[in-house]
Amino acid sequence: MNVVPISYYLVLSAVLFGMGAIGFIFKRNIITIYMAIELMLNAVNLAFVSFARAHNQLDGLVFVFFVIVVAAAEAAVGLAIVITIANNRRSLNVEDVNLLKF
Amino acid sequence: MSVPFILFFTCSAIAVLGALLLIIAREPIHSALALILVMVSLAVLYLLLGAEFIAAVQIIVYAGAVMVLFVFVIMLLNAGVEQRTNYSKLAKFAGVPLGLFLLLEVGHWMWRSAIGSTIANGPGALSQTSISTPDLSKLLFHDYLFPFEATSILILIAILGALVLAKRGE
Amino acid sequence: MEFITQHAVLVVSLVKIVVLLFVLMTSLAYLTWFERKVVAHIQSRWGPYYVGAHGLLQPLADGIKFLFKEDVTPPTADRLVYLLAPFLALSLAMTTLALIPFGPLTGPHATVFGQPILVIANSNVGLLFLFAITSIGVYGVALAGWSSNSKYPLLGGLRSSAQMISYEVSLTLSIVGVLLLAGSFSFNGIIESQKGGVIHWHVWPQILGFLCYITAAIAETNRVPFDLPEAETELVAGFHTEYSSFKFAMFFMAEYANMITVSCLATILFFGGWQSPFPESWTWQLYLPGAGLVLLGLYCAYDTAMHMRGLARVQLAVVTTLALIAGLICLSHSALPIVQGPFWFLTKVILFLFVYVWIRGTLPRFRYDQLMSFGWKLLLPVSLANLVGTALVILLVKRG
Repeated sequence: MNVVPISYYLVLSAVLFGMGAIGFIFKRNIITIYMAIELMLNAVNLAFVSFARAHNQLDGLVFVFFVIVVAAAEAAVGLAIVITIANNRRSLNVEDVNLLKF
Repeated sequence: MSVPFILFFTCSAIAVLGALLLIIAREPIHSALALILVMVSLAVLYLLLGAEFIAAVQIIVYAGAVMVLFVFVIMLLNAGVEQRTNYSKLAKFAGVPLGLFLLLEVGHWMWRSAIGSTIANGPGALSQTSISTPDLSKLLFHDYLFPFEATSILILIAILGALVLAKRGE
Repeated sequence: MEFITQHAVLVVSLVKIVVLLFVLMTSLAYLTWFERKVVAHIQSRWGPYYVGAHGLLQPLADGIKFLFKEDVTPPTADRLVYLLAPFLALSLAMTTLALIPFGPLTGPHATVFGQPILVIANSNVGLLFLFAITSIGVYGVALAGWSSNSKYPLLGGLRSSAQMISYEVSLTLSIVGVLLLAGSFSFNGIIESQKGGVIHWHVWPQILGFLCYITAAIAETNRVPFDLPEAETELVAGFHTEYSSFKFAMFFMAEYANMITVSCLATILFFGGWQSPFPESWTWQLYLPGAGLVLLGLYCAYDTAMHMRGLARVQLAVVTTLALIAGLICLSHSALPIVQGPFWFLTKVILFLFVYVWIRGTLPRFRYDQLMSFGWKLLLPVSLANLVGTALVILLVKRG
């Protein structure tokens, strides 16, 4: 049976998570940083689904469902905060949100 | 080189390409489009793994609602070209090789781990190739009913929070 | 031949895709003709009449005009996204038709090399995928408005996409009642649960859901009375202001393809799909497709003889012969069982499209704030109430 081994999916998940982490650290626009966070969440979802397949349990899929729902709620509130920051600081550069810096 | 392998490599190449474009793109709208590309290719990978419902939910909720929200915010805030940041050169010359090395290390150990040798259709595998939605919904509404209701309250709180923040912003 | 039997899925799917694309493009073109004629007759005029017999070559003339128009690209537009948006809109609108079954999957002549010929992608969760594809369709509109880098398209694009995502919620909720009755996400399962004639169709127990669906669908496809973001008298032309010639034609075609998709979905969900309204035992209904086409051919013959002159006469005579030949083929014994499904499906879809165009010719537009408050404050609670009511009734009936 030629089926793709689960380790291939896990490596892909690790690669995507790493690239999301790189984007999170190196980017300066708040919205782009947030998109890198969403990429990391997607990579984790892929790992969950592949594990659910490997262990033949549906609990992994339920967890993926919850991760998607929580990410949607988080996006709503987070983007509202981003809009408020952009209106107040007049810039979307994350280095400009530095009022609490020493 | 059977169809699942070709499909897997194509979709994973597209996903990695999308993630690369997300990092490299200079305008946020191009990063958003790259992320949509990643999500859609991940949905195809979920289909390959047999999770049809999760693939559909991924596209409907994630690519079709959350990313629309991102695109709206980018359009409304008129986010322009990203500014260059002035961090140290050490980060670029030391960080990137170390990051690559970490990536290769993690990949290597994932490859060699016990779970890596599980083939999806070996002994003890699911009898059907795709996971049926009624089974998933039974699990969701019987064993995980409390988290399900908790997430509905979470979404309500998120809606209220977004409304309050948007009102105060004016 | 060996190659075909070994790779039956691939070869048959390719053939089906090519045939469907051809049929779809032709029907998109003639849908514009249909709309112009119906709206014209509602407004007491004739519509296209001179370009071919009864204006039948008007879509061809329009297509050639679109191809020859100058393609103007605004210089400050974002090139990649500007080119991507119409392609995205059109390809997504056409992809949804791959999921729709036009006839039965089993039965005489319904399979070739083991593959059903009347559906391209028979999926267990076909309905979910259809909604997934329509929910990505919002990007075509939003990105078109953004990439034109100009005020009116941006406003039009934002308004139009906000309208689409608002009504998408009511659209999805209004059909969950049907899902509860049918018990399956696959189109085949939903059609099978409406077997037995017109009294078993889902429109009768779900009349409220059907009305919510139709309203939400018209809003989702940006048609009158919900087409403020792209109307000609408002906001110049909305999100497709800066598009010209072929790209504009692609948006145009995407809108009509969305209309066709929504009509196909309404027939499958509420009106029994490809099943006939009469019970199975009335065998005379098998001759209806052929009889209908022959009658159409006879009417065209009468029109050719009495009212047409010159080139139009020749064209209408060609249409007459085509209709008569098609009718005789449908009446022949080998084609009889296979024509039934597509005939009833197409009849219902054409009736739906007629209702769409009829509404377009009759109703005035909603203002944008009226539109949004209608979607969120009226349509969404009504869809939710329909869902809760249906669930309650099913629970009580099953228990008692």
